[in-house]
Amino acid sequence: MDAALIPKGVKRCPMWQFLLALGVVGAVLAWGVYAMLLCWIKGLNQTNMNDYYGFALWIWADLAVIAVGGGAFFTGFLRYVIGKNELKNIINYAVLIGFICYSSALLILAIDVGQPLRNWFIFWHANIHSMLTEVAFCLSCYFGVLCIEYIPLILENRQIDKVPFFHNLSHNLHETMALFAATGAFLSFFHQGSLGGVAGVMFGRPFAFREHILVWPYTFFLFTWSAAAYGPCFTLLVTWITEKITRKKLVKDNVIELLAKISGWMILSYIIVKGIDTSYWANITAKSMGLSLHDFYGRNWFYGYWMLFTELVICGVVPAVILITSHGRKTAWLRVTAITLGVVGVCLNRWVMVLQIMATPVMTFDKFVLYYPSWQEVATTILPVAYGIILILISYRYLPIFPQEAELNPIDTNEPVSRETAIDADAGTDSTDTAADMAPA
Amino acid sequence: MKQAQKEHTTKRYGMVIDLDKCTGCGSCMVACMSENNVPFKTDESNKLDSITWMQVYKLTNGKSYPNTEICYLPRPCQHCAGKHEGHSPCVSVCPATATDYSKETGIVSQIYTRCFGCRYCMGACPYHARYFNWWDPVWPEGMEKYLSPDVSPRMRGIVEKCSFCFHRYQLARNKVYLEGRKDLDEDEYQTACTQACPAGAIKFGDLYNPEHEVHRIAQPDMQHGGRPQNPHVFRLLERLGTNTKVYYMSERRWVRKAGDNYLPGEFENPGAVAGSH
Repeated sequence: MDAALIPKGVKRCPMWQFLLALGVVGAVLAWGVYAMLLCWIKGLNQTNMNDYYGFALWIWADLAVIAVGGGAFFTGFLRYVIGKNELKNIINYAVLIGFICYSSALLILAIDVGQPLRNWFIFWHANIHSMLTEVAFCLSCYFGVLCIEYIPLILENRQIDKVPFFHNLSHNLHETMALFAATGAFLSFFHQGSLGGVAGVMFGRPFAFREHILVWPYTFFLFTWSAAAYGPCFTLLVTWITEKITRKKLVKDNVIELLAKISGWMILSYIIVKGIDTSYWANITAKSMGLSLHDFYGRNWFYGYWMLFTELVICGVVPAVILITSHGRKTAWLRVTAITLGVVGVCLNRWVMVLQIMATPVMTFDKFVLYYPSWQEVATTILPVAYGIILILISYRYLPIFPQEAELNPIDTNEPVSRETAIDADAGTDSTDTAADMAPA
Repeated sequence: MKQAQKEHTTKRYGMVIDLDKCTGCGSCMVACMSENNVPFKTDESNKLDSITWMQVYKLTNGKSYPNTEICYLPRPCQHCAGKHEGHSPCVSVCPATATDYSKETGIVSQIYTRCFGCRYCMGACPYHARYFNWWDPVWPEGMEKYLSPDVSPRMRGIVEKCSFCFHRYQLARNKVYLEGRKDLDEDEYQTACTQACPAGAIKFGDLYNPEHEVHRIAQPDMQHGGRPQNPHVFRLLERLGTNTKVYYMSERRWVRKAGDNYLPGEFENPGAVAGSH
């Protein structure tokens, strides 16, 4: 039915399967949209947030998707600025995942504020001293960059590409992609950092507060570093899941292993720095405020020492060690374990840097308060996941996301050509004429 | 000359609360809600989402009977100045400049029409002095006629907090201007909680003015961030550098100790900490 839209030289599932998948995920999406509308129409009383938990599940989700979406800027940086040419075979997917993550973050933010119609105040009445202002500006700008990076991919749809204007536009955009990748890396450095700064500047909250370098607290640099380290883990994890669902090899092992190796070294260096930061904070910063590590981790079972250990060791040291060793990253199950732990680790870090800050009492006569989200919060947090899956489903089906797919999955030309398979005889199944190949080396 | 004029006109309104006098009756809370049109819910049992600009905490010394002691601690917004004037925990983080620090009065304001409800200020405030309007304000039928015309009610989805009854300051300034005077007398600007306290535990005035009672009691050292020089006076979480304008007074050591966090032995050794006692 839609064979004319499917990229050359690759095979896709029958239309009914595609529509079924869309329908199932679409139902989840509709559930999320319903919850979103409830929050917009009835207000944030639909949530379980309260005056102790002004920041809760949504802000965590925001920080987490932006952290794992960091794979886009860092892979782009490695590909276009550093010149790791092999990564051209995964950069499209990294950009798509980044686009989904960042658009999700913006959507969640739009639900999270009490007066969504006043969102523009953050630009109009901007307080330049606020980290959140920096987040808003850089996030919006970087989302614009991601759109520019994603558009050429859309333009490469077979039918769109036939239009000379779009073909040339796409080609020219690819020619300038290094500039956008560099811009994206620059913007990402600031918004990932300023998200860390959101916590680090709160000098009234000893659990969050960190010392500064110039105007930036240490968390500024830690957040950027961790996004660059763990973001590629998420790109690799989603790629692996996509391969399992499609039952195809989509990216060659050397590409996967290169990104895994870089990610491993980044995680290792991050964990070392994070360890130093934690030690300095616990022994110097917190103590100067009359608090010890036990005040933060020893007073509540949920936010106990186990969380710190899990974040730093199980989800930090362990994946780093696996990924920096050749055996570790070449062994599929070890590699997948490591990247999964990495994704959990960075999400846990963001949880701690949002929820535990809110939970930990500061006044001596105050109490430790725990929180659990309402179904509306859960549904609206799952909403972007469903949206992301739908976007991946559509993009994978109609766009040349994986340049190596045709080569890795040659179509047997003796088989009758199905309606969902598109082989362009005169083009010689030139499926590698993709965004990545057209870009400058 | 200009500097001298500026110093003359600049105020630092603040409060001293005598915790040994406070009986925990809650009059201050009631007066505050009434004065400032603070909305309430039909069911106020969940205190985590109810709005109380003035909140009275109950503290105990942790000892069993007959050595148990109780202290009630009223907590309005502390109107922090931060380490440098205006760098309050909340003001510095608000992305839309919806909360501001007045260098004329030292009062931290909340601009309701500009707040878009991100709640960053709430997260940044260690005193839990900021409240979010989770619901639209609804008063029992007829009660809206008794709302104060001087204070705008707040809508759903924005943050609010104690303003040191700033509308009273505006009214007092108007009166002074119309009478051709330059300065307010101490009793011309008083907060609702101060006037409602039956025990006279709350004092309010200009911390800069040596003739005002708050200055005489707290003896703030303005060269060192307003730190109290009266040994029985302390501020909440002094060590964080929030530089608050609400001072507390108590003869009891355990009460003063409860005002801040101390590592073992620190409170007993005042020389080790640049602290509050």
